[in-house]
Amino acid sequence: MSLKNNTLLRILKYVGKYKGYLASIIFFSFVCNILLIIAPFYTGKAIDNIVSKGNVNFGAILKIVVLLAVIYAISAIFQWLLSVFTSIISNRTVRDIRQQAFDKINTLSLKYYDTHPHGDIISRLTNDIDSVSEGLLQGITQLFSGVITLVGSFVFMVKLSPIITLVVVIITPLCFLISSFIAKRSRKMFREQSKTLGELNGYIEEIIGNQKIVKAFNYEERSQQNFEEINARLYECGQMAQFYSSLTNPATRFVNNTAYVLSGIIGALLSIAGGLSIGKISSFLIYSTQFSKPINDITSIATQLQAAIASAERIFNILDEASENYESDKVPELSEVNGHVSFNNVYFSYKKDAPLIEDLNMDIKPGSTVAIVGPTGAGKTTLVNLLMRFYELNSGSISIDGINIQEVTKDSLRRSFGMVLQESWLFAGTIKENIAYGKPDASMEEIINAAKASHAHSFIKKLPQGYDTLIAEEGGNLSQGQRQLLTIARVMLMDPSMLILDEATSSIDTLTEARIQKAFLTLMKGRTSFVIAHRLSTIRDADLILVMKDGHIIEQGNHEDLLKEEGFYAKLYNSQYANS
Amino acid sequence: MLKLLPFLKNYKKNVFLGQFFKLLEAIFELTIPTLMALVIDNGVKNKDVSYTLKIGALMLLIAVVGMICAFTCQYFASIASQGFGTIVRNSIFKHIGTLSHAEIDSFGTASLINRITNDVTQLQFAVAMWIRLVVRAPFLCIGGLIMAMILDFKLSIVILVILPLFAIVLFLVMSKSIPLYKTVQGSLDKLAAVLRENLSGVRVIRAFARTNHEKDRFKASNTSLSDTAITVGKLSSLMNPATSIIMNFAIIAIIWFGGIRVNVGGMTQGQIIAYINYVTQIFSSLIIVASLVVTFTKAAASAARVNEVFETKGSIVEKPAILTDNLDNNSPAVEFQGVSFTYKQSNEYALKDIYFKIHKNQTVGIIGSTGSGKSTLINLIPRFYDSTEGNVLINGMNVRDYSLEALRNKIGVVPQKAVLFSGTVSENIRFGLKNASDNEIKTAAKIAQASEFIEKLPEGYETYISQGGSNFSGGQKQRLTIARALVKQPEILILDDSSSALDYATDAALRKALKDSTENMSVVIVSQRVNSVKDADFIIVLDDGIQAGIGTHKELFKNCEVYKEICLSQLDSKEVHELEK
Repeated sequence: MSLKNNTLLRILKYVGKYKGYLASIIFFSFVCNILLIIAPFYTGKAIDNIVSKGNVNFGAILKIVVLLAVIYAISAIFQWLLSVFTSIISNRTVRDIRQQAFDKINTLSLKYYDTHPHGDIISRLTNDIDSVSEGLLQGITQLFSGVITLVGSFVFMVKLSPIITLVVVIITPLCFLISSFIAKRSRKMFREQSKTLGELNGYIEEIIGNQKIVKAFNYEERSQQNFEEINARLYECGQMAQFYSSLTNPATRFVNNTAYVLSGIIGALLSIAGGLSIGKISSFLIYSTQFSKPINDITSIATQLQAAIASAERIFNILDEASENYESDKVPELSEVNGHVSFNNVYFSYKKDAPLIEDLNMDIKPGSTVAIVGPTGAGKTTLVNLLMRFYELNSGSISIDGINIQEVTKDSLRRSFGMVLQESWLFAGTIKENIAYGKPDASMEEIINAAKASHAHSFIKKLPQGYDTLIAEEGGNLSQGQRQLLTIARVMLMDPSMLILDEATSSIDTLTEARIQKAFLTLMKGRTSFVIAHRLSTIRDADLILVMKDGHIIEQGNHEDLLKEEGFYAKLYNSQYANS
Repeated sequence: MLKLLPFLKNYKKNVFLGQFFKLLEAIFELTIPTLMALVIDNGVKNKDVSYTLKIGALMLLIAVVGMICAFTCQYFASIASQGFGTIVRNSIFKHIGTLSHAEIDSFGTASLINRITNDVTQLQFAVAMWIRLVVRAPFLCIGGLIMAMILDFKLSIVILVILPLFAIVLFLVMSKSIPLYKTVQGSLDKLAAVLRENLSGVRVIRAFARTNHEKDRFKASNTSLSDTAITVGKLSSLMNPATSIIMNFAIIAIIWFGGIRVNVGGMTQGQIIAYINYVTQIFSSLIIVASLVVTFTKAAASAARVNEVFETKGSIVEKPAILTDNLDNNSPAVEFQGVSFTYKQSNEYALKDIYFKIHKNQTVGIIGSTGSGKSTLINLIPRFYDSTEGNVLINGMNVRDYSLEALRNKIGVVPQKAVLFSGTVSENIRFGLKNASDNEIKTAAKIAQASEFIEKLPEGYETYISQGGSNFSGGQKQRLTIARALVKQPEILILDDSSSALDYATDAALRKALKDSTENMSVVIVSQRVNSVKDADFIIVLDDGIQAGIGTHKELFKNCEVYKEICLSQLDSKEVHELEK
């Protein structure tokens, strides 16, 4: 219960930002509903003036009719304003929540990205937000007008007949009892539904994103089976959620009908006893329906809100994740880097119980090229993760030019590195935009120069739209090698102080690679470079080779020295000739 | 929207019963005001208490039965609408499975996800509303109209005059908002696409310190989504005030003209009250129709998007399967007969005039520079694309004559990009062969040089791989993808530059293991490294989509300029010297 209320309160906090709109909505709703409450009173009066044949007071009726027309016209205008403002407020509110969730995701550590299905996160920011928006829209429009109508009708009913009012007042709380009973049952179902929808989204994302492999392995049928299994679960909870929540309306309608019938009958009896005019009964019946309508609305909001709350919980879950350490504005920037990098007693592991890097020490002189070698899974990429502060150290420190990298802003640290990753990430946009990703204000000339330096220019030129060619969402229209060339051009353009090449050129043919390497050599001159290397030439020419195994640096030195040591490196080096 | 109706087929009974019970409820509801009019006109006028009580009890009974009918309706409605949604989702997903990469790219993954979930949810909602209201609302409306007419025909002219006004308002709002709802869903697609890119590209975004830029990008699509939503909101906001003002003016007219009718003795006071009641009922059901119209305009936009997926046909068309393989055992495992290929949007050949034959048990290398068409070539073998000219034959039979399943069962592909799925290690390897035994999985892992690191994992083969395999290193992922291809013991194994992330020692060990254990397999190795292909039975050299040479390592070094150049850039002088002898 408290959790539910918290979630609701949190949503309301977002709405509260739009105080001006909110105040207007309350005002509009007030005017509009008061007018609608007054109206039946005059309708009754008019009817009292229509007594029987030849006994109709047209003069009085005309006055009332004109008054009613004005009332209805004004109320329609306010109703329209109310609806427009509600649409604005609910859409802006969910926009804010969505933006905040996105911004939040951006502050989360990579661990979050690595451990949460992307499709599920997408579902939270699309499907769940939609349901919150729907709930808000309904809630705001109906809640205020509901309460106002309720109070207003009540006043008029008391004025007309306190006894009948008593009947209505005794019966209506039943509605709230029923709806809260139903709401409780449906909340669980809605929660389950949102969760399953997220799961389904995650599955679709994975399978559609990798159609080629699915097809290559004839996996279609099995993926269909898995999909249908999740979908069937979605059906189960979706059907229950819908059924339960849809009971509220008929149930409250029943209570209202009962109230209507009882007040009609009691009114009739009173009238027989001689206390009430027929026109008053008529007004009263209108009020009793009017009184029940907001109750109907409020109870249906209660169920609608269940869905919204269940969804909001999932979004707030993101907001409640622990961010990476907060960076205050006072943290200095890292600037003018010479490239003297040192690791001091670095300890790191991804999981608490599986130590990976233990007591790593090294000192890299400015401008040197460091080749990191070692068998797969030895922790080479981890080293990069630490340098870029994608993950934080468990203990020890890494410093650049004597400055602890934890004492400068992450952005400035990362900007000082140019990084080409093994998996080439491109975004949907033109080739030009993709190259200029790290330097958005680059001129066309700079872009072309960078493309030329990374040997991407020739293939780009051949594309139908050249630099303006659109890259599809998955970059599917380019070959793996071409994509990699683009990511290299991206770094070339940035002209960073230090470089990280993570098995970067693996999909590029050796001819192109040789040319790129030449370009890189020029770029690397005077800059500290870390290369996760597989190719002998890179390794041989490196100033320092770090040989990694099981997270440790087991040997370091240059090629000749290491060969002389006849250790792990020598074995590794020789093994590549084992087949020749 | 009508095109999607067949998906409701299985729920005919539910739809019918749902509407039927709703109708019953509506009938009962309609009788209550009529009975109330009787109470006022007979009971009150004649001061008949027992009559009043009797009718009162009857009304209560009707209310109870009405509620039960409503519950029953909701039950059927929930089954039909959710069932409908489930079937539509299953079918879209299945249909997407038949699309090729080109079509999926043109939709965009994010958009397809939205269509399966978000759009179907809208449709589902529309179906539920349909069952609940589409019979009830017109019934209440027409029923009310008939009752009103019976009560007093002349006064009903007021209603008949006002009704068309109503229709015009509905039509105007609807026709203006349908395209807008489509824009809303389109904006949602864009937003999801940005989000998806941010999730998959987080490392690059952070490395380039572009988080703020991405925030702005998201903000832009977020704002555009909410702005369009507000525009539609403003439009549909007109619906309610417009319809209620029409209704209220009708009531005013009835008071006035009703007064005239009573004055001439055509109606009684009680009848006027009942009449106003009916009019309220008519118009409030019309207001429900109006909100139904809003729901349906939304749904129509979503239905169009869903239909767009259904109407897109996969470019790879499966022929009715021919069951028998070509029985000729001597025909080559893979044969390219003058194959050329052009990508859809391009007018240049990605491959031109490729001829070669790969016999059973042969190992073939494909080498060439980036963008020379290596991946394109191997994509033609499992028919990811169809050749533009020429034929691709497997075991002497055109790939187009195989059923896709039979064809792809023969082929094991290890893609360039090592993609794993969330699930355990063994599930990922079993991806290749549904019923693979633990032993088969272990053998495949062993050949792929993966068993050693898998067994070192605390949970071994049951270790969970998170999405995209981010908890494994590049080389580990690649070996798992190789194991996945090997477990189904394919006739043809295609390695698309798939040892690029492996260190030399592992790569060498892998090639050795493959050689020893692939007796009945033809192996196609695409690589950048001469060392990976030089021991192949023959090597195909591609240069800009053209077959620049074909032959053994030694032959090519002598005769093929392109190949020689590649060798010179990679091999050390000792090896080159040996070749030149």
